[in-house]
Amino acid sequence: MKVTFPHMGNIYIAMKVLFEEMGVEVIVPPKCSKTTLELGTKYSPELACLPLKINIGNFIEGIRRGADTIVMAGGCGPCRFGYYGEVQKEILKDVGLQFEMITLEPPSGDIKGFISNIKRITGNSSPSKVIRAVNKTIKLASELDRLDELSFFVRPREAAKGKADWIIKGFRLQVDKAKGFREVLGLINETIEKIKEIEIDSNFIPLKVGIVGEIYTVVEPFTNFNICNLLGNMGVEVDKSLSISHWIDEHWIKSFMKRKNSASYVKAAKPYLSTMIGGHARETIGNSVLYANYGFNGVIQIYPFTCMPEIVAQSILPTVSSEMNIPILTVVIDELTGEAGYKTRIEAFVDMLARRREKSAVNE
Amino acid sequence: MAEKIGIPRALLYYEYYPLFKTFFEELGISVILSDKSNKQIVNEGSSYCVDEACLPIKLFHGHVANLIGKVDYIFVPRFKSIAKGEYICPKFCGLPEMVKNSVPGIPKIIDTEINMRKRVNQIYEAFIEIAAVFKKNKLDALEAFKEATKEQQKFRDLIKKGMYPNEILHGKKLIKANKSKLKIALVGHVYNIYDQYVCMELLDKLVSYGAEVITPEFIEEDILENKADSLNKRMFWSYGKRHMCSTLHFIDRKDIDGIIYLMSFGCGVDALVSDLCERRVRRESCIPFLLLTLDEHSGEAGFNTRLEAFIDMVVWRMRNEGNVSAYG
Repeated sequence: MKVTFPHMGNIYIAMKVLFEEMGVEVIVPPKCSKTTLELGTKYSPELACLPLKINIGNFIEGIRRGADTIVMAGGCGPCRFGYYGEVQKEILKDVGLQFEMITLEPPSGDIKGFISNIKRITGNSSPSKVIRAVNKTIKLASELDRLDELSFFVRPREAAKGKADWIIKGFRLQVDKAKGFREVLGLINETIEKIKEIEIDSNFIPLKVGIVGEIYTVVEPFTNFNICNLLGNMGVEVDKSLSISHWIDEHWIKSFMKRKNSASYVKAAKPYLSTMIGGHARETIGNSVLYANYGFNGVIQIYPFTCMPEIVAQSILPTVSSEMNIPILTVVIDELTGEAGYKTRIEAFVDMLARRREKSAVNE
Repeated sequence: MAEKIGIPRALLYYEYYPLFKTFFEELGISVILSDKSNKQIVNEGSSYCVDEACLPIKLFHGHVANLIGKVDYIFVPRFKSIAKGEYICPKFCGLPEMVKNSVPGIPKIIDTEINMRKRVNQIYEAFIEIAAVFKKNKLDALEAFKEATKEQQKFRDLIKKGMYPNEILHGKKLIKANKSKLKIALVGHVYNIYDQYVCMELLDKLVSYGAEVITPEFIEEDILENKADSLNKRMFWSYGKRHMCSTLHFIDRKDIDGIIYLMSFGCGVDALVSDLCERRVRRESCIPFLLLTLDEHSGEAGFNTRLEAFIDMVVWRMRNEGNVSAYG
């Protein structure tokens, strides 16, 4: 059995280690590229959201590289992500590919089904080995997020521009060759140390922008034209409200433990959106409020075209923006989004934020 | 003077209006409907609503705006779930918030949550909550709800007998051909196929071509449930499930000459369900399948051309199909 899985930001590094530690042969699909997107849009329904299309591209490329099994996450709605697996199976069947798909549903309802699906992947590995591998993956995911956050801090402040990008580029090349938990973790720590050593201009006060929206487009740099680097190199400190470890925690661990959601964004979102409506709409609203409270200069909402929960969030955000006095920019992304127009909008937004800060400084 | 509540003639109006109407009238509240969909309502709705939303949601905004100044309250319940383990759509869940934050100058909104996902009995609590807004006690509420469900059941029975919801709600009978040779299945959300303005009188047109039109609302619940269980993974959208399962049922029936799937541009659920339906129809049958997409810019001429071409094709196919192999 050779397993492949869809890309979502850095998750491939953690997933690769997960399968390697469980002793399952894994084929990482090539990083998302124009080819991936073209393959995906060719076979997917026109009005499906972008993540579904890119997933299809990943699967086709993974299968072409020799994979025979797809591991996909499931869900129970109302967001369309929960039904991705079924739709993708049908699409790939019509493409004429030979494969098996294992959809892991969140374990809240059906623990037995969950365990039997895990067994289908892991084969004869002992449960303790599987649990150890999962723990290691969670650890890796949070370390990867730490690396990201550090780079968000350093990038706008670095004395020689482009150094952080260069180090991370090197890390990405090396991590593809690294095998197993120990090697990858070592590499991450090494990179973190390298970034810490970068000389920074400590007098510089960057603008602060929070990123909210649908998780895939926030986390996957291919879909958001690497917005974190883009903003960072414009001298903006970025904070991503969603990350892989957040997704693992919310989607898997909380549902496994049947824990109630008591995160701070839930409370912050309450005056505007009091209930869960699927996807990450409540996170979008709540985190926008929190960013305003923390004194951020602006918020950018990113979501794929036709994303249902984010459309609801988008119609609430103007009220948040005016009541909390924080500028919010919404960017909607699909396969036809052009990079130049997108960058222009981001640049204009950042310019506006800079002016706004100057003006308020003068007024004080 | 009795308090007035406004019900927008959009979305689940076509599914639950008798229930709402009877409930409020039993409580002594007068019910006011928004005007029938028209160009002004569509324009107003799309100017208030975010661009990315689908046509039915925009239209709903227009209907809410249409009620301003005529009523004391507007009824925009939060339809989270109407069956165990199912949802309707994220936009339905967030509809009260969308309306509140988009339409300026609206009166009070009744945004009670209807969420039967975990407990079907929640529906009673929801209606007690609605009645409490008008200072009615629990007993009155339950009494009114009982009457309302009776009316709703009558409405359902009429539909299962073969009447379209808009015929019943608007009291206008469609003139059906005496002996129709064609049987067309029309699949789509109730608020698309029965809103005569939005779908450009698709139902009337099909009937005038001499077709007998069957919609998912005619299909018995247990047939749909059977089909839902046969799916690899049960669908968690109530209406998506209805469309998918009725399509599967149409494939089985053998007497359907064509399937038309009507969806609105930007409908997240239909984007996936229409695709699944089309794949199943093409794989498992030789029934012609037409997918029509609606948005606020749909031109009637192009719509008619596609529809007529489809019907012509189905008719010619019935007449000329030799079922003889081309290879002799």
